[in-house]
Amino acid sequence: MREKELEKLKDYKYGFSTDIENFKAPKGLNEDVIKFISNIKKEPKWLLDWRLKAYNRVKVLKEPNWQKPKYPKIDYQDLYYYSAPKSFKEKPKSLDELDPKLIETYNKLGIPLNEQKRLNGIAVDAVFDSVSVATTFKDTLTEKGIIFCSISEAIQKHPDLVKKYLGSVIPITDHYFATLNSAVFTDGSFVYIPPGVRCPMELSTYFRINASDTGQFERTLIIADKGSYVSYLEGCTAPMRDENQLHAANVELIALDDAEIKYSTVQNWYPGDKDGKGGIYNFVTKRGLCKGKNSKISWTQVETGSAITWKYPSCILQGDNSVGEFYSIAITNNHQKADTGTKMIHLGKNTKSKIISKGISAGFSDMTYRGLVDISPKSSNSSNYTQCDSLLMGNKCGAHTIPYIKNKNANSNIAHEATTSKISDEQLHYCQQRGLNSEEAVSLIVNGFCKEVLQQLPMEFAVEAQKLVGISLEGSVG
Amino acid sequence: MENFKIDFEKTLKGSNLSEKETTFKNFNAKEFLNQGFPNRKHEDWKFFDINQIINKEIGELKFYSEQSEKSGIDKDILLNQIEHNKLVFINGQLEKIDFNPEDKNKIEFLDNQNNLDEQLVENSLINLNNALTNKSYKLLIKKNYQIKNPLIIYHVSNNKTTSQNINLKINFELEENSSLKLIDLVKDKSSKNFINIFYNFSLEKNSILKNYKIDQIENDNIRYMFNNIKQSSNSVSETFYLSQGSTFSKNEISCDLKGEHSSAFVNGIFSLNKNKHHEIKAKINHLVENTKSYQLVKSVLENKSRSVYQGKIYVDSKAQKTDGYQLSKAILVDETTEFNAKPELEIYADDVKCSHGSASGSLDEDSIFYLMSRGLSYKEARKLLINGFLVEVINQITDEPIKKLIKNLYGLKNEY
Repeated sequence: MREKELEKLKDYKYGFSTDIENFKAPKGLNEDVIKFISNIKKEPKWLLDWRLKAYNRVKVLKEPNWQKPKYPKIDYQDLYYYSAPKSFKEKPKSLDELDPKLIETYNKLGIPLNEQKRLNGIAVDAVFDSVSVATTFKDTLTEKGIIFCSISEAIQKHPDLVKKYLGSVIPITDHYFATLNSAVFTDGSFVYIPPGVRCPMELSTYFRINASDTGQFERTLIIADKGSYVSYLEGCTAPMRDENQLHAANVELIALDDAEIKYSTVQNWYPGDKDGKGGIYNFVTKRGLCKGKNSKISWTQVETGSAITWKYPSCILQGDNSVGEFYSIAITNNHQKADTGTKMIHLGKNTKSKIISKGISAGFSDMTYRGLVDISPKSSNSSNYTQCDSLLMGNKCGAHTIPYIKNKNANSNIAHEATTSKISDEQLHYCQQRGLNSEEAVSLIVNGFCKEVLQQLPMEFAVEAQKLVGISLEGSVG
Repeated sequence: MENFKIDFEKTLKGSNLSEKETTFKNFNAKEFLNQGFPNRKHEDWKFFDINQIINKEIGELKFYSEQSEKSGIDKDILLNQIEHNKLVFINGQLEKIDFNPEDKNKIEFLDNQNNLDEQLVENSLINLNNALTNKSYKLLIKKNYQIKNPLIIYHVSNNKTTSQNINLKINFELEENSSLKLIDLVKDKSSKNFINIFYNFSLEKNSILKNYKIDQIENDNIRYMFNNIKQSSNSVSETFYLSQGSTFSKNEISCDLKGEHSSAFVNGIFSLNKNKHHEIKAKINHLVENTKSYQLVKSVLENKSRSVYQGKIYVDSKAQKTDGYQLSKAILVDETTEFNAKPELEIYADDVKCSHGSASGSLDEDSIFYLMSRGLSYKEARKLLINGFLVEVINQITDEPIKKLIKNLYGLKNEY
């Protein structure tokens, strides 16, 4: 039995689940559950009203159905919308008070909350199921005036900031999953960088879904005030379960004048087993607003997990001279499906955007790049460059490119390129001749294919991502 | 839609049809009634909301046309630059057939075909066409015959016609080793009509189809043309659009490459001004190994005009060694114009070479400066650059006399 388990774990090393007693809200989606969540988090009245307003819209909204991956109907009444480790009813004051089992889990995940503090200087906020567990490095950050905490804490301590910016990029009038998130979001990270501050370290959040039948709805809000800079990392894992789990997060970024936000994601949710059973539905809404002049938002993502990934990190380039970037690697294997891409909406003058997307599909999977570049009539002297390349392995999988290009300004340029190809036999032969086995050769070639994107990742992540790229494609050739 | 019901009953009454045909027409009429004109909620019509356009430009559309009055053909509409076979349609009704004696025996033109299609399409405009065309036409090119002179189909509507829905359907069959050069020439004098033309092509082994569609004369009709092409092995289809004259125009082409070594070429020019809104939508389905497709669409947009290019390459998992290419480019001459593109790839086979590119922007100021420093006026420099930009598409035309003719019609000198 044990051996069998271990065998399974080889495929997805984060597939363990931790036995921690959970404190859950009753199953189902209704006003009471929302009031329950709001109450347990001691939220102010305006937030509860806001949630209920969103919920009222969810009731009339329909799930979108234009995307390529189809999924079986989700029974929203059969989900837990709030799940917290029981020992958390009273929030721990410091890391020492944490449930040792939790710390063990994070150690397994490779996020040693304790050691990390000393070793590589990344501040971590870990979200377990729906609740933010611990935030490290608080003192160093507080010194600079940086606020990095869970969003529940921010609602208590910095209500003005939250009230001002929450929902300003993803309003409650958005699409189904975003609105659902607005109604039931439980926790997430909050970052505020004060004017002129360059955040001295990478900020990082680690998300983990542990309990079964839970949907994870976290909400991240990052505000970079005038002239500030922050680099933010996000990682995700989940245990292996046979049923599908829903993850519908909202991420809002706001960059004011001269500010820069770099947001990197390594998404490695459980992708389901070889036959496509189980896995996470990753329906995430990520949107950044370049509100001020000369602001910049850069998204980098490595998508290797999830049964279905469906997300389009977007930039709204509102401020003049603002810059939006999107670097993405999406890898699908077995029966995974990914429909991902970006939206670059140019509103300000002299705005620039760049999209580099690399898609790799193997096995029976389906990969779609779907993107929008929209240059509005007022956005003169703007430019966009898009490059999306796909790599196919085998003829049971699919790779698709669906770009929407709208140019309404004569002084702006849009250039778009896309190619689809396979790893050529010559390339493989060359590598193998020099002593690599076929899997190493594929991994090397794929890493080369993705290099442009991998380079954008912060050091610590780049190494992990490179390994992940290799692992995700194991067994796809030969 | 009430209009449609009444007019449809009228067309049914006025014709004697077999039971089968009546059922077919009834079915299509029902489909059209259910769906109505496509609107922006349909993904394919996102950039060209024909429902809204018809409501706004025409309002009440008449679906029934009196067939009585024959107005005769104005001599000035016929082309005399090139020797050709003629077919003239006035308001969708066949007016004149004039084939060269040489070609006559090898081409068969049948004007009283049963209007039946075994295959159904999800397109309510085709349903509309099927419901209202009583008899469709069929053109057959016999085995091993390469047509000498091009066939020009004149699409004429006379100036009295307005708010009318005009439908026309022609089936083309190219037998083995045959070839057809076909020019569609739009010569409309009417205004505010909705013209709906549906062509079915069936290309047998080794056959070659060259279809040039020229819409150049200013008119404020709404035009929809659908080319449905099925290709057997070694066949070649070449389709060229000069999309310029009508106020609203959407050209759709769907091409199934069903035989090995078949290939399809789609080239188009949008040269638009004055609030015009044109679209080309091309879908190439690569269904077997070793097929090839190439698409090139260029736009020059001025004065509140708008062009749309939606191209899709579909590669089936069986279709290894596919070579597919799409390129769309646009010059936005002034601030009021808009270019939308959706170049799609849907690929299920791994050993393929597929790519697309799309670029849009303004005229290159440096190039204008260069030309002006050599003595050209701003206007001349601009014209030279635009012509040079567009002529690349015309040069894709493989038939020399027709290439010359089109350059001529567009006002380009031959040395380009």
